[in-house]
Amino acid sequence: MSIHRREMLAGVGGGATIGLAGCTSSDDGDDDGPEISGETITLTTTTSTYDTGLLDELNAPFEDRYGVTVDAVSQGTGAALETGRNGDSDVVMVHARSLEDEFIEEGYGVNRRDVMFNDFVVVGTDEDPAGIGGGDDVEAAFATIAEEGATFVSRGDDSGTHAKELEIWEASGVDEFGEWYREAGQGMGEVLTQVAQTGDYALADRGTVLSMQSEIDLEIHVEGPIEGGPELLANPYGIVAVNPGVHDNVEYDLAMAYIGYLTSPEGQEIIEEYTVEDEQLFFPEAISEDPNFQQYVPEDWDPSETDD
Amino acid sequence: MPLEPTSLLPLFAEFPFEWNYIRSITRVSLYVSFVAVTLSTLFSLPVALLVGFKEFRGKALLTSIINTGMGFPSVVVGLVVLFAVSGQGPLGSLELVFTPEAMIISQFVLATPVITGVSLAAVSSVEQNVRDAAYAMGGTRFDVALVTIKEARYGIATALLAGFGRAISEVGSVLIVGGNIAGADGESYTRTLTTAIQLEARQGRFETAMILGAILVVLVLLVNAIVVRLGSGNGGHR
Repeated sequence: MSIHRREMLAGVGGGATIGLAGCTSSDDGDDDGPEISGETITLTTTTSTYDTGLLDELNAPFEDRYGVTVDAVSQGTGAALETGRNGDSDVVMVHARSLEDEFIEEGYGVNRRDVMFNDFVVVGTDEDPAGIGGGDDVEAAFATIAEEGATFVSRGDDSGTHAKELEIWEASGVDEFGEWYREAGQGMGEVLTQVAQTGDYALADRGTVLSMQSEIDLEIHVEGPIEGGPELLANPYGIVAVNPGVHDNVEYDLAMAYIGYLTSPEGQEIIEEYTVEDEQLFFPEAISEDPNFQQYVPEDWDPSETDD
Repeated sequence: MPLEPTSLLPLFAEFPFEWNYIRSITRVSLYVSFVAVTLSTLFSLPVALLVGFKEFRGKALLTSIINTGMGFPSVVVGLVVLFAVSGQGPLGSLELVFTPEAMIISQFVLATPVITGVSLAAVSSVEQNVRDAAYAMGGTRFDVALVTIKEARYGIATALLAGFGRAISEVGSVLIVGGNIAGADGESYTRTLTTAIQLEARQGRFETAMILGAILVVLVLLVNAIVVRLGSGNGGHR
């Protein structure tokens, strides 16, 4: 392992970026593309990991050590996976196990790992018009919101949070949505801002709620499993490399280096120690003496089935 | 740090990297918009002159197509450019997706109809006798074109400003094709003022969003002032 080589790579990467930024060539700059490949990976991820500021904290040491720039694009879980399907990102970190499994089963993703978890909470204004505050039964709370017709702001954007919300509505037996149900079609932060200003309730990941606590005025009405709430509100994050067998243009080796870094003791420690307003946002779960084998394959995968 | 600059807003005192962040996204915004408008002008002006001078069948149709393009929704342009530069698209091998170059392409597509349309109107309004006079005085076609550009310079400056305004204030397409990427150290790669405003608003940091908005407005004002001054200043060419 030569440190000089890493530093040189870092220098080349930085130089290429600077050169690109200052370039005012008279063509479309088309020929600049391939020059920087090899020193940049594209990570598509969810708004929640990005908006909490965790990614910046994780990526800076990685970029220093490997001289590889991580271009983080924050989208909803659905969009992040779709970008991976098109081969436009090298690695995907999201939080909707069913959608990740689909991604892997279709052959687009390989080498999935559990990274960390936090939980979802039901937040709302302190008025709490449906009176769900303090309960620990999220299905009952959702049923009450629907009954009372209190405004519920949904992400409505095919994100991991949206997938979880739909799962809870189904579990609580609510299948009629009236005017009280609003689909924002936007990121977590925007939805929380909307709730604070005009709505009553929303389902949100604890990380974003905590990181925005100083900006907006919202209360947690139903806690997730981290604070003793129901397991239904668990929110695990997984990371998957895009399969180089399907898209040969992806930076698979660098993607695996990134996955390795995130699931290494160093990466996991950064996650463990990341706090906002003195509260830990994410709980690492990659390192274990007794690894959970189900993290590598789709949850319902049965090795005895040889369907293809 | 021996001295704390007390005159600064508390926001900046809290985040020392904030200025660097703001500076780098401003630079990306200006870089992308200027390159796009420059390319667009190089393409649009000859087209405007050609269409303005020549009489041909379908001229009215072509003009109305250009004018329709001025109102083209930016998210649609973003989507189309994304498909073009995506790994699966026709330009996929160039690996342009989520780069400033992809943003330049989409802004080029957005600004070109505006610059072409407004310049075309300006060129068409130059009196026929001015062109005839230039021709009669022995001017080549190139000389006639130069005279026309000089006569129509206010209109053309307006066209450039309109194109620049469209490019720098646009958020939909650059968000889709650029990905709103900034590095872990706060250095922008494809984050522009507009996409940063959207991001800051999403995170509830309205103060930062407002500051960025103010910078954007000031920039557009400055560029307008400079172009207007260049246009009206006497002796600019000689």
